[in-house]
Amino acid sequence: MASRSRPLALTLAGAVVVATAGCAPQDEKPTPTVTAASSCAKDSLPTRTPGKLTIATDQPAYEPWFSDDKPDNGEGFESAVAYAVAEKLGYTRADVTWIRVKFDTAIAPGPKDFDFDINQFSITEERKRAVDFSAPYYLVRQTVIALKSSKIAGRTSLAELRDARLGAQVGTTSYQAITDVIKPTAKPQVYNSNDDAKKALQNGQLDGLVVDLPTAFYITGAEITDATIVGQVPQVGTPEAFGLLLDKNSPLTSCVSGAVGQLTTAGTLKELEQKWLAQVAGAAELR
Amino acid sequence: MTLLDHVPSEAQLRRSAYRRRQTVHSVLVAAFSTAALGTLLVIAVTGAPGWDRVRRSFLDPQIARDALPTVLSGLWLNVRLLVCCAVGALLLGLVIAVLRTLRGPVFFPVRALAAGYTYTFRGLPLIIVLYLLTLGVPGLRLQGMPPVLVLGGIALVLTYGGYLAEVFRAGIESVHSSQLAAARSLGLTYRQTMRHVVLPQAVRRVAPPLLNDVVALQKDVGLVSLAGPIDAVRAAQIATAQTFNYTPYIVAGVLFVLLAIPLIAVTDWVTLRAARRQSGG
Repeated sequence: MASRSRPLALTLAGAVVVATAGCAPQDEKPTPTVTAASSCAKDSLPTRTPGKLTIATDQPAYEPWFSDDKPDNGEGFESAVAYAVAEKLGYTRADVTWIRVKFDTAIAPGPKDFDFDINQFSITEERKRAVDFSAPYYLVRQTVIALKSSKIAGRTSLAELRDARLGAQVGTTSYQAITDVIKPTAKPQVYNSNDDAKKALQNGQLDGLVVDLPTAFYITGAEITDATIVGQVPQVGTPEAFGLLLDKNSPLTSCVSGAVGQLTTAGTLKELEQKWLAQVAGAAELR
Repeated sequence: MTLLDHVPSEAQLRRSAYRRRQTVHSVLVAAFSTAALGTLLVIAVTGAPGWDRVRRSFLDPQIARDALPTVLSGLWLNVRLLVCCAVGALLLGLVIAVLRTLRGPVFFPVRALAAGYTYTFRGLPLIIVLYLLTLGVPGLRLQGMPPVLVLGGIALVLTYGGYLAEVFRAGIESVHSSQLAAARSLGLTYRQTMRHVVLPQAVRRVAPPLLNDVVALQKDVGLVSLAGPIDAVRAAQIATAQTFNYTPYIVAGVLFVLLAIPLIAVTDWVTLRAARRQSGG
């Protein structure tokens, strides 16, 4: 965490610790005060290039996190989040510069060429030893996928999935989503790995497979192209959290985190998630 | 006391006393050495620096109680599968063994096929057979594809049939050829010879190793869980993943031992009876 002497920054950093440790949406976290926001003003922020914000992501940048491999078009969930954070910090769209950094390079220790990196980084204790993370901007949701020919393709509610044969990998939140949220009448099938589960889905031995949303996008987009996303399951268990990645002990961490926190509180992130993941990418919410 | 006329001699009394002392002495020594070893083991295990942590993560009574119902319902799957697969594998093994011991050049292809089967399925790892049958065969998307449990059962029967066929063959070949000659000279056909002379002796001789393989099968039936069904070990794995506590595995392990005890007892009893019969003539 940033350890600056200014007490306000410390308060903010404290809020960040609470937020990241809790790994939960900051429903009632105190919003940073006006003075705190002013200490995070554009002019006082020590970015790589003063007055500009350098944001990194991987090449290629995949759908639905980005669109057309063009992070600067503001389309796709992560691109939209990045611009929302930039705006909160006082940068206009023209002030934002995108660079490309490989995923593995970004999480490795060492100096960074970016102010922050947005690339579906899960926040883990292990990674925190090498880099800083902002407060989470996205909590990974569990998702039901099915073959387009499956009987559950196109269903829209959890109740309609009761009669489905569902499967998941053993020991995952996905399995918990089946037993705790969907509660189908047929016993869920459990697999050693997602690979076995995907095979069973392809064979038609399963009506639907539960995986996390990023995996669902990857499976339906690249691996099993005749599979489709049925929908997202309400949050369950301890979800994985995505955070913006910053250099270790970056002076920006507290401000970026504060901006993410404000976006969460204002409901902006929820709207962006709804727009880019649920509507555009077709992962509707099952209720 | 009633035989008043019998008075043991001085030497006899000394001998009895000596024997009694010896018996007491042996019992004491045995008790002491057992107690010493037991104490040593208890001290070594409970005195280990990590014992508390191990006990908490492997022997938590509350977690054991919570996991028991799901592990038991998983075990029920093991039991059902075991019964079906044991019967299937024994039958298949017997048939293959009989085919492999057929005489005459005309049966060469049958013998070759039977031998090829035992070579293949004894060599092929069970997990691979299971993958092929439970995830590979359904991919053909044929009409009337049996459920995954049946396919998994077929994989187990195929694999264990290979082992059991060899055990049966060893039994059949252990029947001396003079008995075959005697049976044929009495006018029995080949089938009758097998049915009334060879197989009864063969099966009796190899009963212990056959049951031994069934005990091994009991632990392997759970491997069908890789195709989706939840057996006892899988149920324990799920419970372990939820609590990060390994006690459910211990629960499953104890249940498996309890399940194996009757089968092992029967094996021992059959072995003992066979040994008595053979030595008694």
